[in-house]
Amino acid sequence: MNVTTTKIKDFNILTIQDERIDAHNSAELKEYFLQMLDKGEIQIVVQLEHVRFIDSSGLGALLSGHKNAISKSGRFAIVNIQQQVMTMFEITRLNRVFEIYANTDEVTAALM
Amino acid sequence: MNASMIQVDVLIPTHTKYLDLIGSIGERIAKELDSYTGDKEALAYQLNLVLTEATANVIKHANDANHKDTVRISIHIFENILTIKVFDHGQGFDLSAVPEPDFDNPQEHGMGLFFIRSTMDSVTYVKNGDENRLEMIKYLN
Repeated sequence: MNVTTTKIKDFNILTIQDERIDAHNSAELKEYFLQMLDKGEIQIVVQLEHVRFIDSSGLGALLSGHKNAISKSGRFAIVNIQQQVMTMFEITRLNRVFEIYANTDEVTAALM
Repeated sequence: MNASMIQVDVLIPTHTKYLDLIGSIGERIAKELDSYTGDKEALAYQLNLVLTEATANVIKHANDANHKDTVRISIHIFENILTIKVFDHGQGFDLSAVPEPDFDNPQEHGMGLFFIRSTMDSVTYVKNGDENRLEMIKYLN
């Protein structure tokens, strides 16, 4: 899993550089979220602009990150979702579970 | 690509690093279907998804740490009927016993077969000796 992180105030912007999140790298992503949360970095924004494919295990990893962040009274938002990937959130109705924003400007304005 | 007859057979080791490959084959087939009048980008994603989910399911249950086992995948198109068969040598499962996801209380697991069922027109699982077969059909109108 190739990710880069930047910090805007308290928010950890995690940009996934891989084009795919599937059963090959989703466990690593889930572990990455857990390590961030263990370090006390509980405000997570996941940027999916490079991700053009996600499967059920990828959605599961995001759901795990979301649940664990919420359980620590943190925030977990997703931004820059490509259209086909967004369809996956819609048919599982996970678009009602996650905080979803168009881009990082929008999310930082909304969360700060 | 003329959709009247296509047959692609793939044999891959039970390792998740091959999911990208098998998904990409599905995408390429969809994008080159000249006779398909629907949204080819959407179909490409769907075939990528179905192949990825079905193959990942076999790999997950292969119980084969050395990746010596294989997954056989067959993609067949004849007269606008797309049939994908994914073969496994595992214990098998009862397709009818797999529940729909609980959308009001979403879980990390259990969405794979939901995607396959909602994408394809027919999904069956046949236990047959030491080789089981997940067979998925989609009508390409």
